[in-house]
Amino acid sequence: MSERGGMAHDHHDHDHDHGPDHGQAPPSDIALRVKALESLLIEKGLVDPAALDAIVDHFETKVGPRNGARVVARAWTDPAYRKRLLADATSAISELGYTGSQGEHMVAVENAPGVHNLVVCTLCSCYPWPVLGLPPVWYKSSPYRSRAVIDPRGVLAEFGTVLAGDVAIQVWDSTAEVRYLVIPERPAGTEQLSEADLAALVTRDGMIGTARL
Amino acid sequence: MGGMHGLGPVAPEDEAAPVFHHPWEARTHAMVLASPTRGNIDVGRHRREKIPGPDYLRMTYYEKWLAGLCGLLVEQGLVSAEELRSGRADPAAAKAEPRLSAEATPAAMRRSGSYVREIGTPAAFEVGDAVRARNLHPTGHIRLPRYARGRLGVIVARHGAHVLPDSNAHGKGEDPRHLYTVSFAAQELWGPDARAGDSVRLDLWEPYLERP
Repeated sequence: MSERGGMAHDHHDHDHDHGPDHGQAPPSDIALRVKALESLLIEKGLVDPAALDAIVDHFETKVGPRNGARVVARAWTDPAYRKRLLADATSAISELGYTGSQGEHMVAVENAPGVHNLVVCTLCSCYPWPVLGLPPVWYKSSPYRSRAVIDPRGVLAEFGTVLAGDVAIQVWDSTAEVRYLVIPERPAGTEQLSEADLAALVTRDGMIGTARL
Repeated sequence: MGGMHGLGPVAPEDEAAPVFHHPWEARTHAMVLASPTRGNIDVGRHRREKIPGPDYLRMTYYEKWLAGLCGLLVEQGLVSAEELRSGRADPAAAKAEPRLSAEATPAAMRRSGSYVREIGTPAAFEVGDAVRARNLHPTGHIRLPRYARGRLGVIVARHGAHVLPDSNAHGKGEDPRHLYTVSFAAQELWGPDARAGDSVRLDLWEPYLERP
């Protein structure tokens, strides 16, 4: 059991009714195993529990797709910003205050009438944390990781997204430390909207590429 | 696993769903980030990749993170296997000082490092060059997906020299190499059933590439 870290249980008593990678029905003992590990690490002085609280707070309240939505809305409304974003996304995104791990080397990829971009990490779960937060469960799941590259249209259909036949799909497999943000096309009829109202139209899935706006 | 069939449908979830679905997932995520085992991203990734395949496919995401964390803690001598089993610290073991305090956490979460390194060697390829992904099958860590090995592509971007995971994951130094985005036609990767015009783009280090 060394591969699974021990803590006194193996996986035969786990409840997998909902299947792996769906974040449902955790193994009955895992919450206890994690609590025991945390107590041990605190006792050994390896982690500060208040720092753990602060990390959780960061990912629950400070980063998330609303950050990326502000980047997209700015790009839609400010041509100079859009130009900077496409030339050096890391720098343009940091202008809005979004920096940190998994955002060190950002690239913005723009959808266009004949081009649709879709982002995946087939090797693990690479995702641009500062602008999108932590990835949704499906992004990290075997079905998405395996099929986004070979059957992007089939995957998009599972999100209810259908592309015209003449649209070329560019799938970006995040194999290094470069992280991709899709800039969706600005919806028609939004010329009068403010930047804040536009940001509210931008969805997380639109910035991964599994949805169009 | 890129390109495998049969792993089931994707289960979309609304953006309003909670970031963590269970408190233990949040604590696991936070422990991975706060633990002294953090610092070399490639070591952490490789540790999770070493989970045996059948277990890997069965486990949820944060079960893999927990297994990886426990493995690294033991391998790096920070926690003994006995402590992990019993959940109790060895009274004879020295007590450490946490590397991350609550006060330092917000700034630490916003700190951006860089994987770019200056190297003296010029880049071997330019944008527009045709390249072939080498047919490499090492037993150790590599970030060249199996589905691209041996396939022809075109360089579409250069990123300077980045830390090479193949070396860094094994504690053999950063060995920075030029990194490129390479575009592969979907039909080159998947055959005639793929859509003409579709492509898959991968970020690949120079040692993964050769002139066709």
